[in-house]
Amino acid sequence: MRFGFFPGCSQEGSSREYQESLREVASRLGIELAEIPDWNCCGATAAHTLNHRLALALPARTLALAEQAGLDEVVVPCSACYNRLAGTRHELLHDEALRQQITDIIEMNWHGATRILNVLEWLNRVAGELPGHVSAPFGHRVACYYGCYLTRPKALAACRRIEDPIEMDELVRAVGAEPIRWAYKVECCGAGLSVSRTESVARLSERIVSDAVERGAEAIVVACPMCHTNLDLRRDAILAAAPPGGRSRLASIPVLYISQVIGLAMGVSPRPLGLHRHHVPVRLSAAPPSVAPVAPGEGEE
Amino acid sequence: MPRIGVFICHCGENIGATVDCAAVAQAAGRLPGVVHAVDYKYMCSDPGQSLIKEAIREKRLTGVVVGACSPRMHEPTFRRACAEAGLNPFLCEMANLREHCSWVHEKGEVTTQKAIDLVRMLVEKVKRNRPLTPIRVPITKRALVLGGGIAGIQAALDIANAGHKVVLVERDPSIGGHMAQLSETFPTLDCSQCILTPRMVEVAQHPNITLYTYSELESLDGFIGNFRATIRKKARSVDESLCTGCGACIQKCAQKKIPSEFNAGLGRRTAIYVPFPQAVPNKPVIDRARCTYYKSGRCKLCEKACPTKAIRFDQEDELVTIDVGAVVVATGYDVKPTSFFPEYGYGEYKDVITGLQFERLASASGPTLGEIRRPSDNEVPKKIVFIACAGSRDPAKGIHYCSKICCMYTAKHAMLYSHKVHDGQAYVFYMDIRAGGKMYEEFVRRAVEEDHVRYVRGRVSRIYQKDGKLIVKGVDTLLNSRPVEVEADLVVLATAMTAQPDAEELAQKLKVSYDGDKFLNEAHPKLRPVEMNTAGIFVAGACQAPKDIPETVAQASGAASKVAGMFSRDELSREPVVAVVNRQPPPVWSTCVGCFLCETACAYQAIEREEIRGRDGSLIRTIAKVNESVCQGCGTCVALCRSKSIDLQGYTNEQVYAELLAL
Amino acid sequence: MSAPVKHADGTAGLAEAVAAATGESVFNCYQCGKCTAGCPLAEEMDLAPNQVLRLLQLGQPGMDEEVLGSLSIWLCLTCEQCSTRCPQEVDIPKITDWLRQESQRRGVANKKAKAILAFHKSFLDTIRRGGRLHEVGLITTFKLRTWRLFQDVLVAPKLLARGKLSILPHRIEGHAGVKRIFERCEAEPANPAHKGDQA
Repeated sequence: MRFGFFPGCSQEGSSREYQESLREVASRLGIELAEIPDWNCCGATAAHTLNHRLALALPARTLALAEQAGLDEVVVPCSACYNRLAGTRHELLHDEALRQQITDIIEMNWHGATRILNVLEWLNRVAGELPGHVSAPFGHRVACYYGCYLTRPKALAACRRIEDPIEMDELVRAVGAEPIRWAYKVECCGAGLSVSRTESVARLSERIVSDAVERGAEAIVVACPMCHTNLDLRRDAILAAAPPGGRSRLASIPVLYISQVIGLAMGVSPRPLGLHRHHVPVRLSAAPPSVAPVAPGEGEE
Repeated sequence: MPRIGVFICHCGENIGATVDCAAVAQAAGRLPGVVHAVDYKYMCSDPGQSLIKEAIREKRLTGVVVGACSPRMHEPTFRRACAEAGLNPFLCEMANLREHCSWVHEKGEVTTQKAIDLVRMLVEKVKRNRPLTPIRVPITKRALVLGGGIAGIQAALDIANAGHKVVLVERDPSIGGHMAQLSETFPTLDCSQCILTPRMVEVAQHPNITLYTYSELESLDGFIGNFRATIRKKARSVDESLCTGCGACIQKCAQKKIPSEFNAGLGRRTAIYVPFPQAVPNKPVIDRARCTYYKSGRCKLCEKACPTKAIRFDQEDELVTIDVGAVVVATGYDVKPTSFFPEYGYGEYKDVITGLQFERLASASGPTLGEIRRPSDNEVPKKIVFIACAGSRDPAKGIHYCSKICCMYTAKHAMLYSHKVHDGQAYVFYMDIRAGGKMYEEFVRRAVEEDHVRYVRGRVSRIYQKDGKLIVKGVDTLLNSRPVEVEADLVVLATAMTAQPDAEELAQKLKVSYDGDKFLNEAHPKLRPVEMNTAGIFVAGACQAPKDIPETVAQASGAASKVAGMFSRDELSREPVVAVVNRQPPPVWSTCVGCFLCETACAYQAIEREEIRGRDGSLIRTIAKVNESVCQGCGTCVALCRSKSIDLQGYTNEQVYAELLAL
Repeated sequence: MSAPVKHADGTAGLAEAVAAATGESVFNCYQCGKCTAGCPLAEEMDLAPNQVLRLLQLGQPGMDEEVLGSLSIWLCLTCEQCSTRCPQEVDIPKITDWLRQESQRRGVANKKAKAILAFHKSFLDTIRRGGRLHEVGLITTFKLRTWRLFQDVLVAPKLLARGKLSILPHRIEGHAGVKRIFERCEAEPANPAHKGDQA
């Protein structure tokens, strides 16, 4: 199988372990990830905050490049990039005049042929292959954190249950983990304000990490580099924002990418999955799996 | 020579502000055959009608055209005026200058020109009108009432007390409807069952009422005064004539954990069951989908327990056909379940319940015997949150309308809770308080002032569960839009009132119209609130729109009085707009060739076969004949007739072509 | 689209401009507050989301300016929780994006939003130069813009040690094309006309 691939900027830098682990998992499943040639930044929050046209034109260039490269489907691991690329595609497909304006700006043709997949859509597509590859079931209680852009906006309909998505829960269950029910699956971590208003981000992220800890999660699983940055790299700020007491679990709960969880369950060693790059060390006791791996969809809520 | 009078109505500003009515009258006056043309502010008023009557007498008019509103609105008015002046009412026609002209166009010359065209068309038509006589049809003085809730009960009793026969059909095993489920009723806090059950008993014992419970309407044919209803009596699996209602079968039933519909899923029932103790009739039915015997072929514990041998496992559905003259539709409503609300937990939190479920918790006959205890652990909630407008006024969820009763019952719930749990605190999240009604506003104020219910103005964004509590995230828009979080033990959603899930199917069976929300349509929102657009069918209660008990009862009595009024006559007259097959002197007899294409096409089975016999009794021809009491005047046969032998009275081909050619 | 809104003095209101640019009518909001109840940053805002819409609805003198000068429009995370749950389906994030751009255009952006704006501008500067984000470049520009020289000095070494920061920027082959995209987008008015306008 072959899919187009848009790594996104942060995975070339501060979140490189996400790309490393994804590529590792893909290659073990025999899947080729074909990077879009000469892709550019999606513009992120900055573009749509400051210039609506730019917020459409930047992703449009990448969409057009993917189409030129003949890619039918492109996997976008970062959910913010996914939101920009899939959102732009949606908007341009529904507004002929706007599409004309934007293609004029980027000096490229675009017909909307390439579909954009978020990482959960893609993984669930290939999940049928997983059971045969699971050699070390990930026997831990985990809190699956979806954040904003895997479920919203409604128009993209990326997840079936907008307030309580289960796509990631199904995946981790398939590799032997036990997803917990918790309250902060789709609450925002503060995302784009990470640098400019760190204290706001710390306050929002603290609620997320605390809820996961209080409900007995051993790890938080994410599918977005921004979520990872805020929950992992900003952990000291989170601790500062937390009410006193009970901080040790709050400090120690690791944040893993979904691809790292799957990689570990496949028996990949930590280093190729980039676990050493985390701020909060990933030290999970080698407890026996508490639940047997089952195919996605079979497990009950 | 025709002598036509034309009367142009301004309809106040409705037509007058857009169309130059005087110019229309002047133009009409110049049309061939028109001998009189005037315009007037309100032609439907008494002086307006007098203008028509005087003109008919003085100018010896042979036809009248009124250019005004829709015939649906005032054709009967103007035709009556003509009749009073001695002109056959079917020689009066209306040109619709309002809906077809002034309401849909801008003011201007072209619009006035269109009005003139419309009038000219009708003038040409009316020249070819012939005097017609209304058709007289007999009435079956028996009413069919669909639905045994408070609306159906009230309508049935009122009709029966007026001395007419009533057949009341209820699909559940007992009558009583939603009202039987309620605890106390606003604004008086009297016990719902206490005021309802005597009425239920009265229905069962009334000599004029035949009660079919566990039954549904299969089909309805015919027309006003002469309907034929087929009722499906679902197999109860119990011989009602033998059953004494002792309840021994229920005691023995092996299935004990079926969610009780009557308790809105909060209590349990058996497979052979009576929905509630005060049920009418107080005789059980077997829920075959849940019964061990029907599932596995073994059990029959109920049969063994029955002292009168009344269990009938092999009983079959029975179809009963009844002739009725009128129908009252009172099929009630449904409420949205908690699973309708993703942001409030997809119905997966046990302690997030609907208002109807709270009624059962607060009811003395409910699963907790009237103590407020939450479903998850049977504890008494110390903090309770009521959320109004749950699903109502929520276009994003597909419901635009206000469910009307929630403001009041939420106040009642909060009040009942405060009366029962003295150390508890009730919160109500609301958007607006709609308490129009006698003693309603006072009732809501009492909840706030005397029972200290905390009303918070703002909608709840989300509910989640944590440590046995429900975290309710709302906002107080009166406090500078400050976010408000309540840790509740129980949350009650005033979920939207909706039409019954099969309302559309029923409406199609009855051939009555319904709105986008599947509520049934009354014939006119102001002036004909209990009639429906199909003559002889009336509507009462929440199947028409969300409404509370007092309004429902009033509407039911209104519908009943309409039925009684209709039954006070021995026959009905209806418009002679029916198809007619031409007849000619012998030897032609008729141009009908007897192909009977019309018979196949007629949706009302109105085409009969007529044999034309010679003096010696020998059969000369068989031709089509229209049964004028069945014909609905749809004209399908006219369009299909290959020999052009059928015509529609009042809308003959000649009349319609004349109208079109006048354009 | 809603009817044009005029102020008492006859000038067009901000609500009308919002409708023209985004196709969203602020008059659809019936002030239930569900947006605010679910907004992660409502507590930090000077105007709650529903209050922003209320000011636009009322459009009395000074209200439009109050909205454009508010901190709230800059705090919005575009998490889309409000629009997802809005019963009246008002796309608040879309309106907010436009308000931010209008606030910038009129030069009335809230002073407290300086850091947020500086970050976004620095972010776009690095894209403009190389086509992709260069994190070290972004942080350096941001620090120079805000004089927050010591922010995150504790975080940076960690990132470096874990091989997460590259000192030299990557420049894509089509960087000249990207630069032209920036020029075109910034030359014309920032908001492409909404399709509703072209009829």
